Amino acid sequence: MTRSRTVSTASPPAPPAEPGPTGKQNAPRRSRQPARGGAPWRDRPMRTITPWLFLLAPLALLVTFTYVPVGNMIYYSFTDWDGVSPDRDYVGTKNYTEIFTRPELFRVFAVSFYYLAASVVQIVIALYFATVLSFDLRFRNLFKGILFFPYLINGVAIGFVFLYFFQDGGTLDSVLSWFGVGADHAWLGSPESANTSMAGVSVWRFTGLNFVLFLGAIQSIPGELYEAAQLDGASRWQQFRHIIAPSIRPVLSLSVILAISGSLSVFEIPYIMTGGATETSTFVIQTVKFAFQFNKTGLASACAVVLLAIILVVTWIQRRLVPDEKVDLV
Amino acid sequence: MGKRTLSVALLATAMLTVAGCSGGGGANAGETAAAPANPDDVSGDITVLTNRTDLVEDGTMKKYAAEFNKTYPDVKVEFEGLTDYEGEVKIRMNTEDYGDVLLIPSAVAKGDYPKFFAPLGKTSSMKPSYRFTDKTDVDGKTYGIATFGTANGMVYNKALWKKAGITDWPKTTEQFLDDLKAIKDKTDATPYYTNFKDGWPLESPWTNSVGSISCDVRGHDKLAETDEPWAEGGDLNALDTLLHDTVHEKLSEKDPATTNWESSKTLLAKGKVGSMVLGSWAVNQMRDAAEKAGENPDDIGFMPLPSQKDGTFCSTLVSDYQQAVNIHSDHKEAARAWIDWFTGKSGYAAKEGAVSALKSQGMPATLDDFADNDVKTIERSAARTADVDAIDNASEIGLNKPDYRKKLIDIARGATDGSLKGYFDDLNKRWSEARQTAGS
Repeated sequence: MTRSRTVSTASPPAPPAEPGPTGKQNAPRRSRQPARGGAPWRDRPMRTITPWLFLLAPLALLVTFTYVPVGNMIYYSFTDWDGVSPDRDYVGTKNYTEIFTRPELFRVFAVSFYYLAASVVQIVIALYFATVLSFDLRFRNLFKGILFFPYLINGVAIGFVFLYFFQDGGTLDSVLSWFGVGADHAWLGSPESANTSMAGVSVWRFTGLNFVLFLGAIQSIPGELYEAAQLDGASRWQQFRHIIAPSIRPVLSLSVILAISGSLSVFEIPYIMTGGATETSTFVIQTVKFAFQFNKTGLASACAVVLLAIILVVTWIQRRLVPDEKVDLV
Repeated sequence: MGKRTLSVALLATAMLTVAGCSGGGGANAGETAAAPANPDDVSGDITVLTNRTDLVEDGTMKKYAAEFNKTYPDVKVEFEGLTDYEGEVKIRMNTEDYGDVLLIPSAVAKGDYPKFFAPLGKTSSMKPSYRFTDKTDVDGKTYGIATFGTANGMVYNKALWKKAGITDWPKTTEQFLDDLKAIKDKTDATPYYTNFKDGWPLESPWTNSVGSISCDVRGHDKLAETDEPWAEGGDLNALDTLLHDTVHEKLSEKDPATTNWESSKTLLAKGKVGSMVLGSWAVNQMRDAAEKAGENPDDIGFMPLPSQKDGTFCSTLVSDYQQAVNIHSDHKEAARAWIDWFTGKSGYAAKEGAVSALKSQGMPATLDDFADNDVKTIERSAARTADVDAIDNASEIGLNKPDYRKKLIDIARGATDGSLKGYFDDLNKRWSEARQTAGS
């Protein structure tokens, strides 16, 4: 314990790069000797505390609103709590056993494939527009705005808007009828149609996000590269293939991770639009129903933990298959 | 090192919080919230939680409070209207701050009532004057008084049915289906509206009618005693078959996925929809909608379900939300005074066209047709509701949740594979399995 004071003085988090002769990592400890003179500011106790004082507010918020609830959830997942009762019993891994012995609970992941397919479409569309709009075009800022706008709308509002859109005789039907297509189709009526329709809504909503990510990455490519390529006679496609594509790889890989975890945990759109009826239920909707309809908060917490684990595993596998390489264009 | 200290600190905080959360409950339990002997003696501020945000917003609740203050001048009543009543109150009940008077959320297990609410009196002494006491009776004490009760049946548009040449109430499900077909053939109205999207009209109105078919006061309690509630001859079998056949014969709305409750009221009022299974509370709302749409409110009628037992129609009488007193309340007397006044003197039940919790007050005007046609209203027993709910939750069927009847409708209209028989078998199987684990 006697060491502790020295140690804590010695390890300030992320010491700023120190120019001059005392630039070495363990220099501060030695510099305690008065011989160094002038007792620099970073030797005083405040030097250690200050960064933590600054961090106090964000850490308190992070702990209160992220770690404590997650800790609580993990704790609930080992109990049979019904969500209201003051009593709860520790039941060990019973909830987890139940999840893994009930295959029907995982059947809802089939619905995720609709959204996964949709996110492929979404990434392709976003990539296309990001590439096109990164070149000098007329009205490009307007188009950027139009593409990004849906992402700014609240998911619940989108659910309601599209409920009217898909209604019998609603917007979609009337637009189709202008083109002479007599659509007498209940868009949310059958499982395939409903899931496809809602996956389409999800594309509409999230393309903007992908688009902005891609656009940012593309615009960070130095302009000389294009000039040089043009001088060498590269076509637009060749520019994309050899300049743009390699440089946005990290962002692309991030988008894929987001797409996969997003399609495993779809919630707002189907919950608002169909409430999970007609085989449109997802794992999260199912979890919410356990917790708030059947008062099985313990089981629902376990489901949430399992979903978290699944997403972590999928991400890990993906990072293994497609490692993040350093991009070096020049 | 610093990092490790931090994570240990984080963990410790988390543990403390977890431990802190698991406390609560148990304070001054058992103390009865008794009505004050002298109205002038009670004082205090009380908060009343309600699901009727509409009445809070339009000032109706304030008027009730002003009226209440004429008798109890020193009690100040505040209202808190909650749109998602069930969801919000359920979470607030983990603390001690859930108002002084509240409606008992359905998520609270009956056995937990003594931990959350102050008893209102011995059931044996309350039963003679109050309806629906067995719904909140735990070990001989009553914990809640119904805001109102409702008879269950079908809201229909009289003018439309007359236009289709139907004058008498259908006595069997076959007659009912024939009548709906007549409406479909002779008018351009939708004979039946399921309200599939909103979901709740598929839950309570149907499940509350369990007992109407067999004309059995214990109809609902018996669910806890059977392994196969959907077996031939059971109430659930009859009700769900009726719903299935109505949808299967294409006598309901074309696109159930996009229905809308608010607009359905206008549709029924205007005679574009023939009928809906609902509680009698809905009649006044439909009549309001008719007035707003410029139609005759008297066209809205209420009939029992199309089934007779020994030549008479039956209709279950079921309690709506029950008002209870928070066990942590500092003003239990004032809270009880409010409940008593609201139940007996406010005229709330009559205004809603519903059945008062007080036996001394008769049936509302909305049920005049029932009285004229000798429909037998039976106050359904809720003695075993706790057991039924336990089995229901364990089976994840959800008799009072929309999903299982939504699936029934999906099967009926061919959106999902399956047959009615197969679905009933599956429900029976899940019910009987759950009965084993839920222990009854």
